[in-house]
Amino acid sequence: MEQAPVLVVVIPLMCALLSPLVGWVKKEYCYPWAILTLAASTICAVITLKTVIHTGVIHYYLGSWLPPWGIEYVVDHLNGMMLVLISGTALLVAVYSKRSVEQELPDKIVYFYTVFLLQVTGFLGIVITGDVFNLYVFLEIASLAGYALIAIGEEGAPLASFRYVVLGTVGACFYLLAVGYLYVVTGSLNMADLAKLLPALYGSKVVLVAFAFFLVGIALKMALFPLHIWLPDAYTKAPSTASALLAPLMTKVAIYVMLRIMFTVFQPSFSIEILPVTKIMLWIGIIAIFAGAIMALAQVDFKRMLCYIIVAEVGYMVGGVGVANAVAIKGTILHILNDVVMTVGLFTVAGIITYKMKHHNLTDFQAMFKKMPLTMAAFVVVALSIIGVPPLCGFFSKWYLIQGAAMAGSWVFVVALLFSSLVNVILFFRIFEVGYGFRSSADSHGHGHGGSVVIEEAPLSMLIPTMIVALFIILIGLYNQPIIANIIQFAVPKL
Amino acid sequence: MLEFIVSKYNFWIYIILMMIGFYAMIAKHNLVKKIIGMNIFQTAIILFFVSTAYKKGGATLPILLNPHGHGHGAAETVVAVSQYINPLPHVLMLTAIVVMVATLGVALAIVIMIYRKYGTLNEDEIIKAMK
Repeated sequence: MEQAPVLVVVIPLMCALLSPLVGWVKKEYCYPWAILTLAASTICAVITLKTVIHTGVIHYYLGSWLPPWGIEYVVDHLNGMMLVLISGTALLVAVYSKRSVEQELPDKIVYFYTVFLLQVTGFLGIVITGDVFNLYVFLEIASLAGYALIAIGEEGAPLASFRYVVLGTVGACFYLLAVGYLYVVTGSLNMADLAKLLPALYGSKVVLVAFAFFLVGIALKMALFPLHIWLPDAYTKAPSTASALLAPLMTKVAIYVMLRIMFTVFQPSFSIEILPVTKIMLWIGIIAIFAGAIMALAQVDFKRMLCYIIVAEVGYMVGGVGVANAVAIKGTILHILNDVVMTVGLFTVAGIITYKMKHHNLTDFQAMFKKMPLTMAAFVVVALSIIGVPPLCGFFSKWYLIQGAAMAGSWVFVVALLFSSLVNVILFFRIFEVGYGFRSSADSHGHGHGGSVVIEEAPLSMLIPTMIVALFIILIGLYNQPIIANIIQFAVPKL
Repeated sequence: MLEFIVSKYNFWIYIILMMIGFYAMIAKHNLVKKIIGMNIFQTAIILFFVSTAYKKGGATLPILLNPHGHGHGAAETVVAVSQYINPLPHVLMLTAIVVMVATLGVALAIVIMIYRKYGTLNEDEIIKAMK
């Protein structure tokens, strides 16, 4: 399967364009069509990752044009993992989407799946490409699809999406400017070529400005703390399925781009030693963790609370890069993996609650443990993992982050991580309490009486993906050592 | 100082345009004006890229003379690098223009959705109507 790397991207792209035709034949066909597409894409991604593990980095030259001139796809351990993660997550969310989309967007099913596939194409393209301008194009494909998916959500979604359009475009423009600045001094757009040409120019002001523009642009896309204002509204008001796809992946893909720029295009020595940027990132990460955790406490809307948890999680990863030693960056990369899985779990549960209760407030969890025992069991697993309870995956990445921070002596970051874990305990146990019906809230008029509640489990198409996510959280936790030994340790840049 | 500004006037114009766009995005309350600001911001970047490609001293456009070999006698010749304008930034900007048009389309579609729902384009009034 030499063509597997390019098929990962081409299959969803072509199938997205064919999706309206499929929907024109019969709109019910769009759902299996999306699943088939993403399954094929996932298989190719798994094959690619296996090849990378066995034979090393893959270079795929599009149209056989050689690198500095043509566009190349480079797959190493880091983006091999990201490919499997993105396509696998998208597949699960696609399976999950059926009932939710039928309920929330009955007349837009065809276009929903078209944009859904384009969105996945964008993510996969960002991750796989070895060309900075190509990355910009895929970034915009992903963002544009995201704007559209968010805009068709509930009341207030168009305005949230509009704000995201404006801020996202500014972010992309800064990225494009940075590409232009690098092109002016090096005459190249290929990442590997840039990495070769740049060290001689590290003193140049143009290169410094380009680096700053890259980080600002990407920080807007990843919702790093002071630039996060678009995120809570957008992901709260998006349709359940769209937020289950966007919320885990968009921020993590942006963090991947940040790692790529900092450690592949520029050398680690430049990003860490020549500029004090990692110190700034460490502090911004710490502030993001505190701000995200505190804002999450103030929310009464479940999805909005999750959005602020994402803001805090972005702080984990940016802070982890800011600590700038191998252990912390290992933790960051493992946390990308864990956080995608955990956030999918949270948002699929939020989608199930929305499907059943038509709202997603914390009070909607009233007596949920009795109504939907399986869903809530999965939710408990995800929540415990976010808190960081040992056998689950969330613990291990946090452990590496804390270990790395302690080695670097950044105790404030350690405190921030522990603080965020404590806040997560409060956040989720508050929901468990409501879920068991111990506390009857004012507007529920005493519906929470135990015996009278009938079991109404979520539909299977929604329940099974949620259970699979919970299973993966346990498995990644148990098998974190093989994952690190085979994939992540090769992805950590040599510092 | 004046010479410094005049000699690189295209870059100054790009920065000024960018700031005008930025101002419109921040300060204007009308959503369509925000979009116009966003477009000015993006167009500034096109100006930046295209002016980086330019060479002073009468550089021309074609890279190859007689590219298709009109008449069998005329062989195709490659123009010296210093004699042609770098075409790559222009090509990149063609792609970027496509991206910008798509962004504009999505943004306008969203504004139409907002207008149909709230009957206004003023951000303050929309937020008031949402509460």
